[in-house]
Amino acid sequence: MPDPMKIRATVVGDSTEVKVIMSHEMETGQRKDAQGKVVPAWFIQSVTATYGGKTVLSAQWGPAIAKNPFLAFRFKGGAKGEKVQIAWVDSRGEKRSDEAAIG
Amino acid sequence: MSVAFFACAAFAQGSAVDEIAKYRAALQDGNPAELWEARGEALWSAPRGPKNVSLERCDLGLGPGVVKGAYAQLPKYFADADRVQDLETRIVWCMVTLQGFSDADAKKGPFGGPDRKSDIEAFVAYVTAASRGVKMNVSLAAPQEQEMYRLGEKMFYFRGGTHDFACATCHGEDGKRIRLQDLPNLSSVEGARKAYTTWPAYRVSQGELRSFQWRLNDCFRQQRFPELVFTSDASIALTMFLARNANGAAFDAPAIKR
Repeated sequence: MPDPMKIRATVVGDSTEVKVIMSHEMETGQRKDAQGKVVPAWFIQSVTATYGGKTVLSAQWGPAIAKNPFLAFRFKGGAKGEKVQIAWVDSRGEKRSDEAAIG
Repeated sequence: MSVAFFACAAFAQGSAVDEIAKYRAALQDGNPAELWEARGEALWSAPRGPKNVSLERCDLGLGPGVVKGAYAQLPKYFADADRVQDLETRIVWCMVTLQGFSDADAKKGPFGGPDRKSDIEAFVAYVTAASRGVKMNVSLAAPQEQEMYRLGEKMFYFRGGTHDFACATCHGEDGKRIRLQDLPNLSSVEGARKAYTTWPAYRVSQGELRSFQWRLNDCFRQQRFPELVFTSDASIALTMFLARNANGAAFDAPAIKR
């Protein structure tokens, strides 16, 4: 089971600002280990953010995204106390989903 | 004349330093150190080891189970261990005495890497984060603590190794740098405060959270000194010297560094 994400969501004007830190190695497939063998690629492929049953962000990621990535975005609407869900799937098919209340 | 020239030189170097400061500020918002803090917090309260107990009764110097503010008064002398201990040493001690780990097992993997996560670094992140904003208050009341401080001071100025380097060679004057990184002057109060209160830190270039033991270990490597043994008296003495010199400053870590 992958480690949990850290999610912070706050109301800014008429939008909600969401900041997420994910725990992931994000191996590019270009790196070699101490024995000289290629470390196989392993990265988050898709990220989805949902609010009130609706998708507010959907992203396709590749190996150029940094290790332990940080994602910040805004969406229109959002009310205090309501929850935002973030989910990712990586290239091995591993999944992680977390949610946070908007503050 | 000399004053004008100095100001000019400081300005020329300032631009690169300012850009690095901007880079750090941009990263500050999403510090992945929080991931280590969360993992450390979960590990702290999880029953582990042969005795299957958590570390929640671990005494970090403010009484069993008190984590908040504990890091700001370390290293210190612990009568139960009859030794001056820094945070990592104390955690290892708790893992051995409370959880029943062997000394070797507790010290296994002090520093994380690409395919191995370090429990110690997670504990360090969790405990140090609970001292954020607390003023550094390291005591030199016990004779053992005074001795450690003196030993640390001696080591700081001791020149050796293939390069005839001391810590003070790079960290004993203002305005020194390695490549574009400005090095803190640890012999000044201001420098020691700024440096000590911003470790541990998440190193972006390594994708890892690094403890103070790691920082000293890597300084020794860069000096071409013999490997600094994890939780050795030598490592605690240097930590003691620097932590005490930072007294009075508000602790502000885990930080984020290039």
